[in-house]
Amino acid sequence: MSNNRNRKIRIAAFSALGFIGMVGFIYWGIIDEYTAQILTFAAINVIIALSLNLISGFTGQLALGHAGFMAIGAYSTAALVMQLKAPILAAILTGGVITAVFGFLIGFPTLRMRGDYLAIVTLGFGEIIRVLMINAEKITGGAAGLKGIPSFSEDYTLNPVFSFIWVYLFMIGTIILINNLIKSSQGRAIVSIREDEIAANAMGINVFYYKMFSFTLSAFIAGIGGGLYALFFGYLNPTMFNFLKSVDFLVIVVLGGMGSIVGTIATGFILTYLQEFLRFLKDYRLVIYPLILIVIMLFKPAGLIGLLEDFKTWRRRRLAEGKGVLKAGERA
Amino acid sequence: MTVLKVENISICFGGLKAVSNFNLQLEEGELVGLIGPNGAGKTTIFNMITGVYAPDEGRILLNSKDVLKNITGLKPHQITRLGMARTFQNIRLFKDLTVLDNVRIAYHFNVKYNALQSIFRTLGYYKEEAEVREKALTLLKLFKIEQKSDELAKNLPYGEQRKLEIARALATNPRLLLLDEPAAGMNPQETKDLMQLIQFIREEFKLTILLIEHDMNLVMGICERIVVLDYGQQIAAGSPEEIKKDPRVIKAYLGEEVETGA
Repeated sequence: MSNNRNRKIRIAAFSALGFIGMVGFIYWGIIDEYTAQILTFAAINVIIALSLNLISGFTGQLALGHAGFMAIGAYSTAALVMQLKAPILAAILTGGVITAVFGFLIGFPTLRMRGDYLAIVTLGFGEIIRVLMINAEKITGGAAGLKGIPSFSEDYTLNPVFSFIWVYLFMIGTIILINNLIKSSQGRAIVSIREDEIAANAMGINVFYYKMFSFTLSAFIAGIGGGLYALFFGYLNPTMFNFLKSVDFLVIVVLGGMGSIVGTIATGFILTYLQEFLRFLKDYRLVIYPLILIVIMLFKPAGLIGLLEDFKTWRRRRLAEGKGVLKAGERA
Repeated sequence: MTVLKVENISICFGGLKAVSNFNLQLEEGELVGLIGPNGAGKTTIFNMITGVYAPDEGRILLNSKDVLKNITGLKPHQITRLGMARTFQNIRLFKDLTVLDNVRIAYHFNVKYNALQSIFRTLGYYKEEAEVREKALTLLKLFKIEQKSDELAKNLPYGEQRKLEIARALATNPRLLLLDEPAAGMNPQETKDLMQLIQFIREEFKLTILLIEHDMNLVMGICERIVVLDYGQQIAAGSPEEIKKDPRVIKAYLGEEVETGA
């Protein structure tokens, strides 16, 4: 137990040091602006992918419209900051709450049913939101997009350090929130739904309640991710939130391993970075991503984390074998 | 004291009347067997009693805090909370979770700390998590599977999976336990152990037990009363001795066994 506690303290200390170090590097320009922006963008992707992992990976309910939630959060936050001159933190959190309301309204009729209805409904929802955003020109600027969204700090518009701090604090908060939730009685109730809905129900777990809880919370976090995205880019366009954006998050979650927080974080960073490198691929991404999904599903459904676990078992077996050989030698 | 009272329940699936006018009354501490040929409607009756299906007609009453409460139409999780637990014919464990987690999930509805306390890791969270862990391990110890608490449920041998499913059901603190073919797929020795286990938990947890079973040794060996079902209707009820002699039962069910055995 105390070992576990020490480990937690070590992880917290390393993360804090790493975070402060990164802020320093960016501030003094040791990490260039471009890299800093990719890192920040990756963290936003991680936040939204974690929210998708909560509903799809941990609760076992496939959702295909997280770009829609992201869009609601992004446009709400932008409107609150631009039109009501709301403070940034209040705007982001309110954006999350507005998104959560949408999540609740979609989930309520859909999550009562067993099966993949949620996937179909969220898929449709994502597209509806995008079309609405194109047409609600007064709030969203329509297809031309919404320009001039204020950044995290007006005085340092060009300095990426402020975006970095804001986004990373939110990312750390999201990681802690989901981690602590999953490793609790409520988290076990949520995971039991993924494992066997009928058995969970027979064990006294209100399946519908926890599906709603998980989905609404997922929407809330995705909305916050959207809000951060709006302030980070300073420009929004409905085409940013198309179906492919939802698939991007799904690829992160599946590749990292459904129901793995560490996996989602790792792949979130790797894939965001790769996307920058693979810009020359352009539309071929539409071919490569689905291919990645198919290959994972066929060969390693547990994702990167599954591979890591395999490696650990392999190494343990090697070590055990090594000891066995030694013993045999001693006997001889 | 009556623990469960089933009054005239019927259910149709499409044009098929799966169960018609079924009655059952369980007194405190009884161990009753529900038998019948395949497709007689045994599991359907279990599913109605536990709330998976709502009966088309009739009602079901469950003793909750010494009052008979009408539970017809309640959801399975609500019924479990009133003190009835079950196992499944085809084992339904949370396969990819640990043995310990399987049991801890069953304690969930008694846990007092809420999601916010979980997220902010309050003292209440730590205190109750330790309690739940302790309770779960104690329960696993009774079933002699506590050394395997960190293993994934799917990696347990078959017999232990059955045991774990019973342990998990008991974690909900039931007064009435429904076992759906607990001996299915077990060899004679395992079945014998299971019979002892059922007797043991019955006394240890002061349970009333209703079980479905095809293994006649088990049914005749431990049940005090047997209800026989055929084509969705009760055709006989009584002590094991009476059931063995009942001509309708022999015709519908046991008769075939005697012939093949001879």
